[in-house]
Order: sequence, then structure tokens, then C-alpha cells
Amino acid sequence: MLIEAGHFALALALGLSVVQLVVPLWGTRTDDSVLIGVAGPAALAVFTCILFSFSVLTFAYATSDFSVLNVVMNSHSTKPFIYKISGVWGNHEGSMLLWVLILALFGAVVALARDALPDRLRANTLAVQGGITVAFLLFLLATSNPFARVDPAPFEGQDLNPVLQDPGLAIHPPLLYIGYVGFSITFAFAMAALIDGRIDAVWARAVRPWTLAAWAFLTLGIAMGSYWAYYELGWGGWWFWDPVENASLMPWIAGTALVHSTVVMEKRDALKVWTILLAILTFSLSLLGTFLVRSGVLTSVHAFAVDPARGVFILGILVVFIGGSLGLFAWRAPLLRQGGLFAPVSREGALVVNNLFLATGCATIFTGTLYPLALEALTGAKISVGAPFFNTVFLPIIVPVLLLVPFGQMMAWKRGDFLGVAQRLAAAIGLSLLAVVGLLAVTRGGPVAAPLGIGLGLFLILGAFQEIVSRAFASGTSLGVGLKRAAGLPRSTWGTVLAHAGAGLTVIGIAASAWSTETIVSMRPGDRQAVGGYTAELLSVTPRTGPNYREDVIRFRIMDGTRDLGELDTMKRLYVTRNMPTTEAGIMTRGVSQIYISAGEEANGTVGIRLFYKPLILLIWLGAVVMAAGGAMSLTDRRFRVGAPAVAKRRRPEPQGQMASVPAPAE
Amino acid sequence: MTRKQRRLTLIGTAGLVLAAALGLVLFAMNDQIMFFHSPQTVAEKNVQPGTRFRLGGLVQAGSVERGPSQSVKFRVEDATGSIPVTYVGLLPDLFREGQGVVTEGVLGPDGVFKASTVLARHDETYMPREVADALKSQGHWQPGAGPQGAAAKPPLATPVSQ
Repeated sequence: MLIEAGHFALALALGLSVVQLVVPLWGTRTDDSVLIGVAGPAALAVFTCILFSFSVLTFAYATSDFSVLNVVMNSHSTKPFIYKISGVWGNHEGSMLLWVLILALFGAVVALARDALPDRLRANTLAVQGGITVAFLLFLLATSNPFARVDPAPFEGQDLNPVLQDPGLAIHPPLLYIGYVGFSITFAFAMAALIDGRIDAVWARAVRPWTLAAWAFLTLGIAMGSYWAYYELGWGGWWFWDPVENASLMPWIAGTALVHSTVVMEKRDALKVWTILLAILTFSLSLLGTFLVRSGVLTSVHAFAVDPARGVFILGILVVFIGGSLGLFAWRAPLLRQGGLFAPVSREGALVVNNLFLATGCATIFTGTLYPLALEALTGAKISVGAPFFNTVFLPIIVPVLLLVPFGQMMAWKRGDFLGVAQRLAAAIGLSLLAVVGLLAVTRGGPVAAPLGIGLGLFLILGAFQEIVSRAFASGTSLGVGLKRAAGLPRSTWGTVLAHAGAGLTVIGIAASAWSTETIVSMRPGDRQAVGGYTAELLSVTPRTGPNYREDVIRFRIMDGTRDLGELDTMKRLYVTRNMPTTEAGIMTRGVSQIYISAGEEANGTVGIRLFYKPLILLIWLGAVVMAAGGAMSLTDRRFRVGAPAVAKRRRPEPQGQMASVPAPAE
Repeated sequence: MTRKQRRLTLIGTAGLVLAAALGLVLFAMNDQIMFFHSPQTVAEKNVQPGTRFRLGGLVQAGSVERGPSQSVKFRVEDATGSIPVTYVGLLPDLFREGQGVVTEGVLGPDGVFKASTVLARHDETYMPREVADALKSQGHWQPGAGPQGAAAKPPLATPVSQ
């Protein structure tokens, strides 16, 4: 009965989201404030219904209700409880339900953010968001019902794919979806602006926090996925240029561009048309990712079950939303007034260059990802476009823009002075060059890419903090005063600094991977093998039984010279239900570097062992965390809390309302 | 600088960057792209030794021979024939005789395919799509013929490099 209630709640949510789509739009056309007022409560009701149905599915998983087909397919009574919960979204239907849940969550949050938005903008935005919800609820109900029953109910389930039985599944998809789906709100804002034909700094200020939040979550989600793949798949790679990874990277790059272009729009009232287009493209790329993963057009780590009906349905959604939004854009964009003028060398100019390079980089990834599909459809030839292609194409595009980041950050608005900025960055440039030369000298004969990349990363970090230094510590400032000034700088400045420094950390981590070493050997207990500067000794191979698997534990002792650093276990597992073996890598972290050992097959008393030493590897993901922290820091900036000028007008009589009329600090 | 000049600068720069990117893409397309072949198409298209490509098919039953220091030999077969493959490294978890496999490497002058990568399956019922298509076109594989109904499982494939 409960299961049917969950199913019914989804259908109810569909009806309510049709209301959320139609009524507010009608209201804004006829200027009827009652109809406009329906948007918020409708969005909240849709969210409540979907939340209920998500809870029902979770309950079915938690109690191993094998009368539900989805649970039978993806769960097992002996599966550890946490994987019963995360297994809810470890399959196509459940993850789609999570997708619409987050879609509705964003709608609900916009509905609750009463003071932050003008009423008409909110109503139109919620209507567009309702439209997206309608499409995906229809998709869910028509092709991917998570509540389908089995009769008679089997006694036991088929278990979850063992690769997914990992804490990573509990974290990676929700973060990624909040990011992916979060861009739907930016898209809805862009559509709302086009529907009303009005777009200004108020709009930019309203959109920016949503974009930032979605971007920060997407950053974390991608990084988490990358780390998960790194430790779970057992061969030490962290990015495969797999089509589905590209599908998440494209919206991230477009979103990064969007975060930057909304700054220009907010501060200088320029780049309006471009920003709107970028908002449309970013969400379109998110939709494209959904299509690629769920249509079965490609094989990948992430691809779900192949069902042509689903592919066609999502393709339909894709065509309607991308086509519709671009059509609306072509029709209404000419109405948008051009904004402020700026010289090519200026903060605006630098941000345009940023957007140009990021968009180009995104386009090359798009080409590389979709070209094989197009070629196969047209000629039948099967090709694979992998890492060599993307490294050749993407690096020459992304490196120049990274080099320019510190310059752009220091550039003045309207008209900048490149030489002046270069002078202020002299210390950062000098130190980074020194680091490159020093590293080249120390590691002579080694790969050149690593020192160069580390120099670039260092320049990004030093250049980012140079802004704080030059703004807080003018010559002659005492340390105390300088620190106080630095702490008093706007949060958004600190956010920028953190995000750029985080990018620098990631670049260093990626560059240092050129130094990583890999050895493949056959070992038996007692054997020793050098890994990096350390020694690994194989101690024992012992069988062990887990809740739903059996495993061989291969235990190593890691030594630094004669110093014992402790033991490290790497496992070869067999999940009994699916008769599927997996490799659990053993990892020892030293600072931000890692020793990584995974095992292959056993044959006549020896085990095939793969040992990696990965210097500075953790910086790749730490950098992403710092970037996301930068985004979060920007979100706490005062001007986002105070809200739009419309609110200021209403509050003017109150003394603290004055804050809102203080212009945002110019930076 | 007038609005017109500004716009020209912008369009000029954008054009330059895009042209450079297009050049890079075309260059890389020529150089860095790999074709997929089955033993049948290797014979039909007369693939020259020294070309790098992906070879897919079934691991011939009884063909896997293990050598010293993690080297391994096996044959990749389809309905029309088979090609010997050598590989040094750890094989993926789900590498089994009689099951689908995709390898990446270079065909030697002696007709032996030297694989640098063996693509792993991460699901027991999964068949690499290229292999499935190739076998299907030869009438040798039915979708959904896996032990538990292939359609219900998320197929997973990840490259395992040498």
C-alpha cells in the first residue's frame, strides 16, 4: 500500500507541477498578483510530494521489500545497511527520482527565498522550473517507474553491483546532481528574464548565488567521483576522459565561465546577451549529460541499462528545452540593451578572454565526445577518442587562460594597465620561475611537464594571494593593520582568492602525476619491492569472509629505509551473489603523496602485484575542495545576504535597512 | 576606442582562438584517434602492421597462457577467425575465457597483436557494445543472454592500462 502511495505521490507531483508551470505564467501575463502568488506554494507542494515518494522508495530499500522490482534488482538482504540506503540511487530509476527531487528542492528554496527576488521574476522562474519538473516526472512515470511491483515477490534480491558498494556512492551522485540540476535554476532565471524581456543588475545579483552554489557542488561532485574511481577501480587512474566524465566536465567548464560572466553583468551591466546564452548552454550541457548516461548510446563506467524508449524520451526533452530556449533567446535577446563600455585591457576584457577560452575548451571536449557517435551513425565506422586526443587539444587551450588568471584578477575595471599589473605580480612571477628552474635542476632527466606545471600552479596560488597583499599591505602598513584590513576585505574577494588558489593546487597535483611510478611484479610472502623511496614487503595472504563477499587479504609492511611505517592491506574480493570479483586497492598516505598497491591474480603461490607511488596526488582533490570553499565563501558575501534593491525600498524606514542602499564594494 | 572597434577586436580575438582550437582538433583527429576492429574486419580491411587500434571479440576458450612476470597470451576470436594477443600487466577482474574483451594496442608484423591496454568489464553480464554489435552482425550473440538478464544491469567498462 505504501509503495502505491509513493507512486501516487509522484503522479500528484506531476499534476501540481503543471499548475506551477501554467498559473504563474498566466499571472505575469495578466498582472494578476493572486495567480503570481500561486508559484511559491505550488513549488513547495511539488517538493513535498516528491520527497514523500523518495522516502517511500528509501523505506522499501531499508526494509528489503522484494515485492518492488527496483529493490529486487539492486539490493540483497545481507547487504550492509548504508549500501541499502545509497543503493536507492545506485540504479537508473532511483537516481532519476533523486534527480527530480533535487530539481524540486531548488524550486522550493527559490519559493522560500521571498526577500531575495522581485515577485514577477520569482514567479516566471518557478514556472520554468515547473516546466522542467513536468518533463522529467513524465519521463519517470512513463518509462522508469521505480515503484513497479513483482508478483510473486522473490525471496532474495540480486544485490547491487559490487563496484557501487562503497561510501562513494553515498556522496558522489547527490553532490553531482545538486550541481548538475542546480544549473536548472540558472536556466530558469535566464528564461524568466527573456519572457519578461528585462534583464539588469538585479537579475545578475539574484542569479549569482545559485550559479555559485551549483558550481561549488558540481566541483565537489566531480572531484569525489574522480577520487572514488581512483581508489575503487584498482589501477591508479583518476581521470579517464570517459564520455560520461566529459559530460560532467562540460557543464562545469560552462558553469565556471558563467560564474565569471555574471560578475561582469552585475558590476558593469555588460555581457548580458552572452550571459543569458551561457546560462542556457550550461543547463543544456547538463541535459546532454543525462541523455548520454541514460540512453545507452555509449558504453562507460556510468552507463545505465540500455532501453531505446528512454533514450528517445530524453532526446525529446533535450530537443524541446534546448530548441525552445534557444528559440526564445533568438526572439527576445535583441530587446536586451547593450551595457557599459570597456577597453580590451581591463577586468571586463580579462573576463571575456576567460569566457572565450573556457567556451572554446568546452567546445573541443564536446567535439571529441560526440564525434565518435556522429561518425558511427553516418558511416558505421567505430572509433575511440581517448586521453591522447583530449590532452593534445584541451591542454593548449586551458594553459594560456590559467596563466592569465592572476593578471585578470588584478586588472582594474573599465581600463586596465597590463604593465602595472605585471609589476605588481613581479614577485609571484619571479618565485614561480625560480621554482621551475630549481625543480628542473633537481630532477634533471625527468619529465619536463611536472616542473612546468608546478610552476604554473604556484603562480596561480601566489598570484591569487598577491591581491590580498596589495590591497591590505600597502607600503608602510604595519602587520597588525594589514591583517585587520585583509580580514575586512569583502568575502567575495576572499572567495575569488581561494577558488583561484584551489585551481593552482589542482594544477600542481596533476603536474606531479608525471613523476608517479608504477611497477608490476609477481610476489610471494617475504618478497620485497621498492616503491617510490619506500620498500613494500609482502607479509601474508589470508582469506576472510565479509557480510556479502569473500576476500583474500594481501598484507604488506611499508618501510622507509629501516623505519617501519605500518601495514597496508589490499584485497581481492568475490561478491557471492553476482559471482563478481573486485579489487580493493591498499593506500597509504604520506603527507599529500600516496603509496597505492593493488593485486591481480594468484598463480602457484605468487600474486601479481601492482605498486604505484603517487607524489602530491591528493592535491588534485584538495584543490577542488578549496575551489568549492571559495565558492561557499563568496556566497556568504554581504551583498547576497542583503538582497535586491527592491527589498531595500520596502525596508527603508528601518535603520538597518540602510545597509541595502550602500552600494556593493567596487572590486 | 569606439564600440565598433571594440566589437571588431572581440570578434577578431574570438575568431583567432576558435581557429586555433579547430586546427588542434583536426590535427588530433588525424593522429590520436583509434579505430575499433574485430578479427573479421582486420582481415577484410587488411589492417597494416604498426597501426594502433582497438581489437574486440571473445577470449577464445583454452587459449589463455600465462608466462613469467605477469605476461599473458590469448586469442581474440569472432565467427570468422582469431588473432593472437600478448599483454604484460594485470588483467582486469572480469577477464575470462569465452567472454567479451576489448584490447588496445598495435598489430605486429608477425600478426601478433601487442596489447598495451585490456579494457575491463565491471559487471559479469556486460558485453562491450562494440563487441556485441560485431557479434550481433555475425549472428552470434543475443542481447539479454547473460546469466541474469543483461538488460537489468548497469554495464561498466573501464580501461586498465599496462
